[in-house]
Amino acid sequence: MDAQNTSAITVDNLVKHYKGATAVDGISFRLNPGSITGLLGGNGAGKTTTIAMIMGLVTPTSGSVSVLGAQMPKARYRVLHRMNFESPYVDMPMRLTVRQNLSVFAQLYAVPAIGERIANLADELELTEFLDRPTGKLSAGQKTRVSLAKALLNRPEVLLLDEPTASLDPDTADWVRSRLERYRIEHKATVLLASHNMTEVERLCDRVIIMKKGRIEDDDTPERLLSRYGRETLEEVFLDVARGRREQGSVLGEAVP
Amino acid sequence: MTGSDASLEFSINRVAAMVRRYWYLLRSSWPRILDLIYWPAVQMLMWGFLQLYVSQNSSFFAQAGGVFIGAVLLWDILFRGQLGFSISFLEEMYARNLGNLMMSPLRPVEFVAALMIMSLVRLLIGMIPVSLLAIAFFGFNLWSFGFALAAFFANLILTSWAIGIFVAGLLLRNGLGAESMAWTIMFLFLPLTCVYYPVEVLPHWLQYFAWALPPTYVFEGMRALLIDHVFRADLMLQAFAFNGLLFALAAFAFLKLLSSARVQGSLLQGGE
Repeated sequence: MDAQNTSAITVDNLVKHYKGATAVDGISFRLNPGSITGLLGGNGAGKTTTIAMIMGLVTPTSGSVSVLGAQMPKARYRVLHRMNFESPYVDMPMRLTVRQNLSVFAQLYAVPAIGERIANLADELELTEFLDRPTGKLSAGQKTRVSLAKALLNRPEVLLLDEPTASLDPDTADWVRSRLERYRIEHKATVLLASHNMTEVERLCDRVIIMKKGRIEDDDTPERLLSRYGRETLEEVFLDVARGRREQGSVLGEAVP
Repeated sequence: MTGSDASLEFSINRVAAMVRRYWYLLRSSWPRILDLIYWPAVQMLMWGFLQLYVSQNSSFFAQAGGVFIGAVLLWDILFRGQLGFSISFLEEMYARNLGNLMMSPLRPVEFVAALMIMSLVRLLIGMIPVSLLAIAFFGFNLWSFGFALAAFFANLILTSWAIGIFVAGLLLRNGLGAESMAWTIMFLFLPLTCVYYPVEVLPHWLQYFAWALPPTYVFEGMRALLIDHVFRADLMLQAFAFNGLLFALAAFAFLKLLSSARVQGSLLQGGE
């Protein structure tokens, strides 16, 4: 069995050009089933475009993406019911109540025993008291929990998260991370997480891919990255990469202050 | 059959989920429901009184009772059918929900089917009360057309859906920058499909364009029914043939525009 068949997500020499600008420039990686990987990078690094191509929302200029063995976007309908996502670029309809929204998406994903599933998720994500409120009347933290509930409705094997804790207060963000961690462990899901939050990535991820200007600048476990760059935190590593400073001991590297 | 294979099939359940989503939205807002009735009622009253005035001063219009009011009611089926389709689609863009739907197992054909059903629902909510008002105010009974009304309705709604599908493609590809097309595109049909006058009124060269549009056959058919008291089945069959062609072209354009939206990355943005 080859590596592509055993990987949950395979990205191979992926390129995306938008009207002369290069958003993603020949990246390749494979994510093992049950792994959680952080996709780091500054604004415009190509993280969202990469995730959009993995979801099948954007067609690559060249290269290929395969999710659970299906080529994206061509064969996306073979696997979309086994995936889900959360992103700050989308919202849940505001006038519908939380229960209405979740039940509509549950039906779209052919979730069995919809009422029971919504009740369980609401309980787990502390949404029970908000179920019959219009989604637009909720606070940012509550809306994020609703989006997370939608993302977990179909018990996805592959979960794509684009800045899942952006604009949340530290307490709510920490709470969301705990739930994601628990879900990943309980369901052995493969999670790809794009984030600017280094604490989040350090806490959750067993692998970190750092992107810059559409390319992969580094790809390793958090521990090895810290060791190679001689840094205490991933934030310092990220700044080293963002500012073009090489890892400690690199012959070509610049002096690290 | 495996789960994967089943996921490739057209699903009535997913269509029902989307219809439920739009129904929840519609019933959550009384201004949305009022809007479905308000403008068709105003139009019908205005054309009805104009017809009353003209028929009192012209023996032709006195005999051809209801041509204006019939025309405005049929025009509303065409216009409101497309608007109902396009507004439901626009609601997804306003709500920034398109990404959620495009990432879900919902297939484009199921999405379109749900929009068609909602177009019908919105049309019936608006047109049934207005058609009853036409009986009350002017003694004009649209329902007395019987089978002819069914043929007129089927042809007009097919055209409105074809245009709605094309506009949805434009919105997917160009975002809300194409929103004005959703509101105005049907007005191009108003002069060309000869809603209020016979095709012979148009310059000869323009008549070729008029006869290429399915609603022209419907409005000519309506005048034949009201003035000559004959149902022109030949006109309806021609309208169905042109609708088949229009529908195929709209579906092709929609798929091309959707594919282009995936290339341009517009599905995630959907803004201006």
